[in-house]
Amino acid sequence: MPKLIKDGALAEDALRPVNADSIEPDHLLTLEQWLSLTDKSRSCVQLEPGDGVASLLDALAEIEVIAINFPAFTDGRGFSYARELRERGYTGELRAVGQCIPDQMSYLTRCGFNAFQPDSEAGLAQALENLKDFSEHYQAAIDEPQPLFRRRS
Amino acid sequence: MYVYDQYDQTIVDERVSQFRDQTRRFLNGELTEAEFLPLRLQNGLYVQRLAPMLRIAVPYGLLSSAQIRKIAEITRTYDKGYAHVSTRQNLQLNWPLLEEVPDILQELASVQMHAIQTSGNCIRNTTTDQFAGVAVDELEDPRPYCELIRQWSTLHPEFAFLPRKFKIAVCGTQQDRAAIHSHDIGLELVADKNDVMGFKVLVGGGLGRTPVIGSVICDWLPKKHLLTYLEAILRVYNQHGRRDNKYKARIKILVKAMGVEAFAEAVDREWASLKDGPSTLTDNAIAHAASFFTEPDYAEFDDQSSQESLQSQCDADPIFANWVNRNTVAHRVAGYRAVTLSLKATGLAPGDITDEQLELLADLADKYSFGELRTTHQQNIVLADVPKAALYDLWQALQSADLATANIGYLTDIICCPGGDYCSLANAKSLPVAEAIQARFDDMDYVYDLGLLELNISGCMNACGHHHIGHIGVLGVDKKGQEFYQVSLGGSQSKEASIGKILGPSFKQEDMPDVIENLLTTFIDLREEDEPFLDTYRRVGIAPFKERVYAKAD
Repeated sequence: MPKLIKDGALAEDALRPVNADSIEPDHLLTLEQWLSLTDKSRSCVQLEPGDGVASLLDALAEIEVIAINFPAFTDGRGFSYARELRERGYTGELRAVGQCIPDQMSYLTRCGFNAFQPDSEAGLAQALENLKDFSEHYQAAIDEPQPLFRRRS
Repeated sequence: MYVYDQYDQTIVDERVSQFRDQTRRFLNGELTEAEFLPLRLQNGLYVQRLAPMLRIAVPYGLLSSAQIRKIAEITRTYDKGYAHVSTRQNLQLNWPLLEEVPDILQELASVQMHAIQTSGNCIRNTTTDQFAGVAVDELEDPRPYCELIRQWSTLHPEFAFLPRKFKIAVCGTQQDRAAIHSHDIGLELVADKNDVMGFKVLVGGGLGRTPVIGSVICDWLPKKHLLTYLEAILRVYNQHGRRDNKYKARIKILVKAMGVEAFAEAVDREWASLKDGPSTLTDNAIAHAASFFTEPDYAEFDDQSSQESLQSQCDADPIFANWVNRNTVAHRVAGYRAVTLSLKATGLAPGDITDEQLELLADLADKYSFGELRTTHQQNIVLADVPKAALYDLWQALQSADLATANIGYLTDIICCPGGDYCSLANAKSLPVAEAIQARFDDMDYVYDLGLLELNISGCMNACGHHHIGHIGVLGVDKKGQEFYQVSLGGSQSKEASIGKILGPSFKQEDMPDVIENLLTTFIDLREEDEPFLDTYRRVGIAPFKERVYAKAD
């Protein structure tokens, strides 16, 4: 089974990558496929850069997994998507997939991702290490909603 | 100035450890070049023509004497004994070894410094007026807000991989000395009709390939909303800025494409969900930031008597008098002046400073200016709080170290990027052009007669030398492998900011001093009384300059 990091630990799951040609069980759906579903309960959808989050907002309570693809790790749109989804109340799994790299773990987690599944599984051990990069932060984010200026003692 | 507490120190220390690990993994092959590139850039490390270049952050240009001494030590231990002041008020080392950069960062952290986000597609060092806090025309000190923005933007998780770099400047005066009109975001402290201070917000200004003057998207933003509003702007940009073409990726292109009004509406929509959230500044947070920028322990001088004794020193020594006249400005506290030390002596690269000069400056800052120094975006250094009674001693000490060139704001106070001698992005060298112009115009009486005149030189269209906003701008261009120089006129970074107009076909390097001389002769011929260059240019236009320069060139 494919490996990933979920909630800070190595894990496995049965969810397969998107197949743009047909809707299949146990696969992530493209946004277009997902929009065509009549029943969105326990659905799993993958956003690409440029998709935006607006079309998901009315169904956040029904979705089980939202994967956000990073076709290049330098394309940072997914960070904003993740944060907006969490800010609008999404509580399901938020998974970073694609070319994201372990050195981004801290930022990904802060933006609300709780799962990390890069194309290459080789970096997963390193990614667990990178989760510990920072113990303190200036800004408010999903992991720490209070900015440091409200917490300084 | 701002002093770290355990939180700031933890963040900076953890960043050093993170980068040490990244460097180790790069050197042993675990990180690819492509992966390491943005990681090292976000720690200020470029790979240049001859060696890496490390850009050290100087938040809004403020340095303590202890920090300057540490920089001097670092340049000696890890580099070739000099540093360079950049046009973002940062400091650059031209010769560090990649393997040693983690050690340099650790040394910097020991004096509350770092190189975080001094390059890369992220929010860069926030800049401001070098006379913040002491300027006579200041409405409010911008530095507490610069510090709040520094903290907010440092390692911001959402905005580390933007379409392109992002620069913010803040000013607290009517006479803008922070070039806020040519920044991605410009903030001006302004009063509303009830005299309550807030921010005028400009967006989409910038230099580079497509120079644009910023547009106002908010006339008056209450201070408490500063960070949430910035966050909303960045969120629009991060999601909608172009990523397919790096030359069209700056926010100015997005603002133009959407239109200012539509952009402002998009920001307002994002802001609606952030406004009044936890990132809303509290009175305590603002007061805490402001508490680091209180008045130093100024002596009480009688303004008249200190002015009289300064005057008699000036009468006795015309060279000193000239330096006071050119390189010092009024201070809001009686008996003090703010002093600019020129890093533009002819024959030295503009903005370069040696380890010995740094150490001397640290001593002089301790002795005469409360132990603080400031870098300027014109690549000079300011001692902001010098008693008039100490100016003569200070000047003598500066003279012995080649730091008393009396040219601030004049032709030879050239803003100049490191150019093709160092920078791998450059199309052409910039330093030899600056030096040739300084050498040609070595008659300071002539230079003073020209009045205030800003000459800015960039070695490529990335415009680190701010050529678009020089009264005279020079841009290095590559024509079939040969270095040429394009000249523009009429740029300005002031309140009435403007982008320079291109004069015409570009010139060879060896012709540049003649070209500048022709421009200046034309100016002198057309000038009315003591009119500054920019006013003459705006009155007569580009045509007479063009005629003269290209007639002679034939």
